Amino acid sequence: MLIQVLGSGCAKCRQLEENARRAAEELNLDFRIEKVSSLQEIMSFGVMLTPALVLDREVKTAGKVPDVAEIKKMLQAST
Amino acid sequence: MQRKSNSGCACGGMTNLLLPCSGAADTGEIADRAARRFAGRGCAGMFCLAGVGANISGFIASARGADRLLVVDGCKLDCGLKALQEKGISENIIHLRLTDLGLVKGQSPANEENVELVVAELGRKLNQSL
Repeated sequence: MLIQVLGSGCAKCRQLEENARRAAEELNLDFRIEKVSSLQEIMSFGVMLTPALVLDREVKTAGKVPDVAEIKKMLQAST
Repeated sequence: MQRKSNSGCACGGMTNLLLPCSGAADTGEIADRAARRFAGRGCAGMFCLAGVGANISGFIASARGADRLLVVDGCKLDCGLKALQEKGISENIIHLRLTDLGLVKGQSPANEENVELVVAELGRKLNQSL
């Protein structure tokens, strides 16, 4: 699964990346995390608030930092 | 992209998004012009209602993630509000219907007076929500 974290690299972005990594690891998923900081690329997703979490090209959250448990639910629903 | 406001307004750095219906009628044009003018004052950012209707996940997630959604509908059809509700978005909405302000669809030119009427009402409603 491709997990993308969209954002400028602020503390919230880093927290989201960490939460997503932990969630995927706890589920033993085969995954790859990609950070996207280019404004043009972020906007190409239709995202207007960051940080945003994208699972297999579908934006799940924007402007929020979901916790590990929430992300695990999203991952399970996407696999 | 919407950034946290630091314009000196009272919105306190919340993320406020503006969603005018931008309909074809005069009231839709007023909604669009008023929203853009209000956005220019820094308390909210323009948002793509069409992106929500088109089911683009980034727009839907952004709408869900905002602190407030200022929906500006030109008439009682409430297309903007219903487009959000169709996607299950019903929280944090501040709704303004222009015909409730006395503007009559088809008889209200998108002139300075009418646009400013709506801009002022947007400011009042946003301040009320704080």
